[in-house]
Amino acid sequence: MSTNVTQQPLGDVAVALPPLETITLTINGTQKRLQVAPWTSLLDLLREYLDLTGTKKGCDHGQCGACTVLVNGTRINSCLSLAVMQDGNEITTIEGLAKGDELHPVQEAFIEHDGFQCGYCTPGQICSAVGLINEGKAKTADDIRELMSGNICRCGAYVGIVAAVEQALHKCQPNQ
Amino acid sequence: MNSFSYTRADAVETASREVSNNQTAQFVAGGTNILDLMKYNVERPTRLVDLTRLPLKEIEDTDKGLRLGALATNATTAYDERVEERYPLLSKAILAGASAQLRNMATDGGNLFQRTRCYYFYDTATPCNKREPGSGCSAINGYNRVCGILGTSESCIATHPSDMCVALAALKATVNVTGTEGERTVEFADFHRLPGNEPERDNNLKPGEIVTSIDLPADGERFAKNFTYLKLRDRASYAFALVSVAAALDLDGDTIKEARVALGGVAHKPWRKPEAEDLLKGQKATKENFERVAASLLEGAKGFGSNTFKIELAKRAIVRALTMAVNGQH
Repeated sequence: MSTNVTQQPLGDVAVALPPLETITLTINGTQKRLQVAPWTSLLDLLREYLDLTGTKKGCDHGQCGACTVLVNGTRINSCLSLAVMQDGNEITTIEGLAKGDELHPVQEAFIEHDGFQCGYCTPGQICSAVGLINEGKAKTADDIRELMSGNICRCGAYVGIVAAVEQALHKCQPNQ
Repeated sequence: MNSFSYTRADAVETASREVSNNQTAQFVAGGTNILDLMKYNVERPTRLVDLTRLPLKEIEDTDKGLRLGALATNATTAYDERVEERYPLLSKAILAGASAQLRNMATDGGNLFQRTRCYYFYDTATPCNKREPGSGCSAINGYNRVCGILGTSESCIATHPSDMCVALAALKATVNVTGTEGERTVEFADFHRLPGNEPERDNNLKPGEIVTSIDLPADGERFAKNFTYLKLRDRASYAFALVSVAAALDLDGDTIKEARVALGGVAHKPWRKPEAEDLLKGQKATKENFERVAASLLEGAKGFGSNTFKIELAKRAIVRALTMAVNGQH
């Protein structure tokens, strides 16, 4: 399936702006042909133009991890990536993890272990945990703490987060 | 962020020409540093030349040692079996830096071009000679906890923030670059520069030159057993170094055949001093000998108030890192 989306934000401006770039992304399994301004971050594309507001804008500087998504299965900070540079890639956001009504094991584990309070960091935490499991480097709770250090939780729900990731890690085989 | 145009490079030579011909064009690869700086209006390129589709991602054996393609990511490199086995100091240093997400994005070539994390470089409301040449240095009499103590100048006391580069310095890596005048190889010690009176220049590359690969010399494998990367910082993870030490020893029993020590967080470039390392040649691995090396490396160090503690911290970190290296504690 292909959806065409064109950015509309430029409006009437007094100076000529650089042209929009045409890219193709597969987002949560759906291929989309998009026209984006060169400076649009992947995060802003998802939130502002594709209505995928599950991915959160926290610091917008790569420090908090709230914007974490998976690109070809690898976790990255979508705020520090230009959408145009992702041309041809597969993007998975928090909206793309569940299979219908069946939650991803990491999502289930977060509920089971109360891995959040306000919930703002949660989509990033969950996508980051899925990436961590794909990477296959974390073996212990200490490894999880170290390899999840790019995701900040202002509520301090870390105890539940680590427990949730640990459970999911043991439940999932890599690449699930 | 200002508006800019975008192009995807399909050859190193044309990309190099494009940036050397246009002073306001810049390269982008992982984007983790330049996009951050663009959002703060510290970097304001009018054109970005995207290098990520160039065929420079491979890590491969050569007759010189192991070659890291400039576009290999930090994560790929740190977890590459050959790097883990033969250059574990490099793996350890990379994994001590940034977060997993950033290491998945950031490239090995790009790591060399990280700009300083000096508060005033980021704060466009204050003078900074590195950001705006001639405007003055706010750090010398300001909050300089993260600033340098070695090789500083009256115009800049910024530090280079990389962990990876500290290990590359200790391993005596070489950097292969391509520019409009062709290819050349730069010794790691000559890649970055001290601020002097041109702190806006972080390195010795010519405009438009592109790093294509980094060579880890085969003789660096001697240090695969007795090494450590000790990073001291304000948090246990995901923070820049206040002081870091890459220590590597080639031992014969308890006698040191060769030592390498490089410091991070203390200068405008990874800090190495071959004369200090030579003090350990043929010597026993004792605390007293390590203290002599520390004293030599910190010779001429100067604090600026809130970073003066780094002088003693660095000395102790060097002794501790060398002791850990002897004991095989990584």
